[in-house]
Amino acid sequence: MANAKPLATLRSATGIPTGRLAVWWVLASEVVIFGGLLGAYLMHRLGHPEWAEAAAHTNTWVGAFNTFVLLSSSFTAVLAHQAAEKGNGKEAAKLLGFTILGALTFLIVKSGEWTYEIMHGYTITANNFWSFYYTAAGLHALHVIAGAIIMGFVAVDAYRGRELHRVELIGIYWHFVDVVWIFLFPLLYIAK
Amino acid sequence: MADTAVDVQHAEHHGHADHHHGPQGLLKYVWSTDHKIIAMQYLFTGMFMAVIGGYMAYVFRMQLAFPGISVPGFGQVSPGEYNSLVTNHGSIMIFWVAMPVLIAAFGNYLIPLMIGADDMVFPRINRLSYQIFLVSAILLLASMFVQGGGFGGAWTAYPPLSAVAEYNQTALGSSMWLVAVALEFVAFLLGGINFITTLMNSRAPGMKAYDIPIVCWMIVIASILFMLSVGPLIAGAVMLLFDQVLGTGFYDPARGGDPILWQHLFWFFGHPEVYVVLLPAIGMTIDVIATFSRKKIFGYKLVLYTTVATGVLSFFVWAHHQFIAGIDPRMANVFTITTLLISVPIAEMLFVIIATLYGGSIRLTTPMLWALAFVAEFLIGGVTGIFLGASGADIYFHDTYFVLAHFHYTFFPIAIIGSFIGFTYWFPKMFGRMMNDTLGKIHFWGTVIPFNFIFIPLFVLGIGGQHRRIYNYQHFPELAGPEMYQLRVIATISLLVMLSFQLVFFYNCITSWISGEKAGKNPWKANTLEWTTESPPPHGNWPADDMPNVYRGAYEYGHPDREEDYWPQNQPS
Repeated sequence: MANAKPLATLRSATGIPTGRLAVWWVLASEVVIFGGLLGAYLMHRLGHPEWAEAAAHTNTWVGAFNTFVLLSSSFTAVLAHQAAEKGNGKEAAKLLGFTILGALTFLIVKSGEWTYEIMHGYTITANNFWSFYYTAAGLHALHVIAGAIIMGFVAVDAYRGRELHRVELIGIYWHFVDVVWIFLFPLLYIAK
Repeated sequence: MADTAVDVQHAEHHGHADHHHGPQGLLKYVWSTDHKIIAMQYLFTGMFMAVIGGYMAYVFRMQLAFPGISVPGFGQVSPGEYNSLVTNHGSIMIFWVAMPVLIAAFGNYLIPLMIGADDMVFPRINRLSYQIFLVSAILLLASMFVQGGGFGGAWTAYPPLSAVAEYNQTALGSSMWLVAVALEFVAFLLGGINFITTLMNSRAPGMKAYDIPIVCWMIVIASILFMLSVGPLIAGAVMLLFDQVLGTGFYDPARGGDPILWQHLFWFFGHPEVYVVLLPAIGMTIDVIATFSRKKIFGYKLVLYTTVATGVLSFFVWAHHQFIAGIDPRMANVFTITTLLISVPIAEMLFVIIATLYGGSIRLTTPMLWALAFVAEFLIGGVTGIFLGASGADIYFHDTYFVLAHFHYTFFPIAIIGSFIGFTYWFPKMFGRMMNDTLGKIHFWGTVIPFNFIFIPLFVLGIGGQHRRIYNYQHFPELAGPEMYQLRVIATISLLVMLSFQLVFFYNCITSWISGEKAGKNPWKANTLEWTTESPPPHGNWPADDMPNVYRGAYEYGHPDREEDYWPQNQPS
């Protein structure tokens, strides 16, 4: 049903397309979610210098590799947006496919990393550093998974030449997921 | 749900037939993406939850006034049940009554109609929002029937009581409560994004920022406040859930955590939340006052700016809930100042309302009575808040019934009186028929008078040192004297009177809906756009080829150049 859009969706009193406006508001609400979590983490971290010892057990190189993967996947998302702007849905779908591949790589590396850590006794209950580590990175990983799934739908639509404007919207979201990781990586891996 | 009227209208307007080919019959109402039907779903769910919340209040008030009796309709109340009842009464009334009715129901119903759009910008997200909300409500109700009973650690859920199952004895109930609250947040985030984008982008041609009815502004500003304040609590709720389920120690000082962290995360949301529900209620009050004073609002822009100021300030007052939680006294000073400051914009809004009434041609209809009662009762709530915002006085008053009476003097006008303002004012638009005015007034007086008799005794008890969260005051000799029990009995009897008068309301709703006088398009002779379409509005709200344009602000009453004393927004000059 209701696939014909209501007039309300097509209007644009601000001049900003409705979809883009909504994505920015979604991101605003996400910023405060991660902001609250990272703020709480920072306060604790400053009060507990001994956490540096726990943080020393995180693998900076694996984190750096994942950072590189996410950044590259954002790059292909930008290229997909460019292709969509030109009306080339098939090209956009292909490039979004690369981004999804990046998301999968990220998740696979992450699960390998976590398995290694858990097998060495660094579980979520080991101490509060590890609790924050798994909670923050886990919440971020959920966003990666959700983004990859939505991107799959957008790519299928784009391949058929439909709803090309959504390529940009999922791209904006994907950059956000990227930026969150840019905050997590130094806070959880680099700061020893 | 006035289905026949909608269908008749629908049949006449082929322009919108293209997006109304969905499931038929009952499923049409369950699976609809029409903003009016989703609003009704929210409204009826909220009313149902209000009945449950009221029932809980009845049970624990009976226990407090007559300790140990077998409460009719419940039986004897055990301490655990008592805790669970007060906790869930608070949670339900705020998250499952005030939020869905004031923000979601009226926001969904009014925003598209008042700005001249045919629907929300994202109808299917809107439907998803309600469905998540419904799941959260069912989960909450179910949590009271699991092993160990419902969560009893207060709606503020402070750890360690909420985090450690050995302390709260409700391992499953606590987690279900927490997940239900989190789902409810998700529902309102989705709804809020819809409200904000709809108001920003979908206004009728010609409707400028200052032509938007105040109530729409208020609901949208409230949604923004909600969106910007709830995030840290969502993160905090995940951490609390992990403490409960996985055994992490985020809030456990013995393991390097901090229980005060939860209080900060909770109240960083919890205080703006007060304004999240207040703003829609005050917006409806202002709209109704303008209509029935037949006068332009005294200071439209002033109201708008003070609302924004309230919103900004509301992010800097949260620690006034924590004056005795061991925060630095210098911080307490700062938060005392911000807390007292925030009463200024709210007082300004009340002055605007009074100035609007001054010299108006006042009509004391039922919605107008409710609006006036809102001003009078909320004023008491606001003024008693000054005592609690001042950190010195709060050290004595903290966690007494004075606090309880204070926030009921704010939340009752907001959630209950506010809902009745909106419901009685827009009932003719929603259902196409007028409500019975006499029954409406009986219900009004039967609600407002007992309300004061419930909570004024509780103020007195609070000043007398009666602490909250106590199951049976007989265990505390200094609180068990006959003079204190008399006040408790007065409060409980008044509650019974108030609850029984709600039957008048339900009777009035049903009979008016079936056989009330036909309302017509604009029974109140109001200016805003929702009154320019049929009652109830058809799917798509207006014929597709005849969507309204806007030529002026929403409050042009009593214009000197016109014979009629109102001037609808869509009439060309």
